[in-house]
Amino acid sequence: MRREIPLLITGIVGVVFVIQYFIPHYPFNQLNNWFSDWFSIIAACAIWLGALNLLKVSANKIYRKREDWGFSIVIIVCFLIITIIGFAEGEGFRNIGTKFDWLYQYVYTPLSSTMFALLAFFVASASYRAFRARNFDATLLLVAAFLVMIGRVPVGDAIAMKLHLPLSIYPSEISSWIMNVFNTAGQRAIMIGIALGIVSTSLRVILGIERAHLGGD
Amino acid sequence: MLKQILVYALILALSLIGYFVITEPIILGPTASMVIIILIALVLLYILVRTIMGSFVGRRTVFTFVAIAVILPFFMTVDQPIKVSPEVQQLYDAVMALRPGSKVLVSFDYDPPSAPELQPMAESFFALCIERDLKIIIMGLWPQGPQQADLAMQTILREEAFAGKSWKYGTDYVNLGFQSGNEFVIQRMGGEIGSMFHNDFYGTPYDSLPLVRNIKNFSNIDFSFNLSAGYPGSVEWVQVAVDRYGLKMGAGNTAVQAPQMYPYLRAGQLTGLLGGLNGAAEFEKVTGRKAKGTRFMVSQSFSHVVVIAFIIIGNAAFFLGEKRRKKPEGETS
Repeated sequence: MRREIPLLITGIVGVVFVIQYFIPHYPFNQLNNWFSDWFSIIAACAIWLGALNLLKVSANKIYRKREDWGFSIVIIVCFLIITIIGFAEGEGFRNIGTKFDWLYQYVYTPLSSTMFALLAFFVASASYRAFRARNFDATLLLVAAFLVMIGRVPVGDAIAMKLHLPLSIYPSEISSWIMNVFNTAGQRAIMIGIALGIVSTSLRVILGIERAHLGGD
Repeated sequence: MLKQILVYALILALSLIGYFVITEPIILGPTASMVIIILIALVLLYILVRTIMGSFVGRRTVFTFVAIAVILPFFMTVDQPIKVSPEVQQLYDAVMALRPGSKVLVSFDYDPPSAPELQPMAESFFALCIERDLKIIIMGLWPQGPQQADLAMQTILREEAFAGKSWKYGTDYVNLGFQSGNEFVIQRMGGEIGSMFHNDFYGTPYDSLPLVRNIKNFSNIDFSFNLSAGYPGSVEWVQVAVDRYGLKMGAGNTAVQAPQMYPYLRAGQLTGLLGGLNGAAEFEKVTGRKAKGTRFMVSQSFSHVVVIAFIIIGNAAFFLGEKRRKKPEGETS
C-alpha cells in the first residue's frame, strides 16, 4: 500500500491535468483548481521544510566539527536573528523603515549581490584559462562569444563608429543577428528536445513505470 | 588565517577612512578618464608582450583587472552611444500604445542577487507606467520579489519628476505579494486572480483594494511585464499565461536567461524583451530617463573589454605553449 497509493495519486493527478488542458469545463476545471491549490500548500510547506533542513544540516556540522563548521554558526545566528526580528515586528514587518526592512536592504541585499558579483571574477579567470581556439568548433564558439560580448556593450559600436565602419557590420548588429538566428535556432532545438523528454518522462510517471519519485529503486 | 584577517582589517580600515575623509563624490573629468583608459590599455598590452615572451600571468592579475574595470568607471565621465534594439523598442511601443488607466500586471520573479540587472528595468518600467498614468498590479513568484518591487516603487516615487503625481496605494498601484506554487499560481490566476491572493503584501483583503476589486482574471489585464532571473519566471508565464490565456506580455531577464527567450520573441509570444543590464540601459535611453542602467553600463563595457583582452592573452599563451611543445619534436625529426 505504501507504493500503490502514491502511484494512484500520481496517476489520477497527472491524467486530470492532461484532460483539463483540453476540456477546461466541470468537473475537470474544478479538480484542476483543487490540485493547484494543494500544490501551492505543499510548496509553501516545502519552504519551511527547506529552512528546517538547513538548520538541521548546519547544527549537525557544528556538532561533528566538520570542515568549515564556523560558517554553519553564521548561518544559524543569521537565521535566528532575521526570524526573531520578523516575528517581533508583527504583521507589518516588511514595511519600509522596519528593522526587518533595514536588514533586508542594507545587509541581505548587498551580501547577496556580492556573492553573485564574484561570478564576474570567475568568468574572467575561466575565460582566460579555458577559452582556447583548440579546434574548429572551439574557434567558432570563441569567435561567436567574442562578437556577442563586444556587441552587447556600447563600447563595440563606439569603436566601430571611430573606425567609420558600415552600419551593417557594427558589433551590435552582428550580435543581434547571432542572437536572433543561431541562438534562436539552437534554443528551439534544445526546447523541443526537452519537451519530448518531459512528455515521455511524464507518461512514464503517470503510468507508474517510472518510480524514482517514490524513493528507493 | 592571520594574513587573511589582516587583509580584511586593512580593507575595512581603508573603507572607513574613505567614508570619513571623502565627503564629496569623486568624479574624474573626460581627460583624466581617457588617460586612465589609455594607461589600462598599455598595461594590458605589456601583459600581452610578456606572455608572448613566455612569462604568463596568474589569476590574481586577472581578478585585479576585473576589479579595476568594474570599480573605476563609477568615478569616470564616459559617454557611450547606446543603440536601442528592436526588442526593447517593441516593449516601449507596447506600453505607449496602452490607454491611460490601463491595468498592467508586473511579476517580480527575482531576488537581490539579480537586482543589479533587473532593478533598473523595474524602476524604468514603473516610471514609464506612472508617466502614462497606467495602473500597476505587482506580484511575485519568488519570495523576495514583492520586496524588490516595493524598493523600486519607493525609488521612483521619491524622484522629483513624479513629485507632482498623487500616486496612491490601492487605487493607482497595489502589491499583491508572494504566492508559492510556481506555474500553478499563474494557472489559477487565469481562472481567478483573487483565489491566489486573498490578501495583499500588507495584509489588506483583495476585495478591499479598489484597483483590483473588479479584476477577475487575465482577461481584465491589458498588459503584463515579467522580470525574471530563472525558475519560475518568463518561460512559465509564456507557457501558461500567454499561450493558454492570451495575456499580452513583455519580459525583462538577466543576461544569462535572455537568450532562452528569443524563440518566444521571434514567435510573437513575447511583446518585447529587455536582456540584462544592456536591455535596462536601452530602455532608459528610449524612455529618456538616464539612471542606474546607463551608469552601470560603463562598468559592463570595461569588464567585457578586459575579459576579451584576457581571452586574447590566454590564446597567445596557448599557441606559444603549443609551438614550444612541437619544437623539440621538429628538432629530433
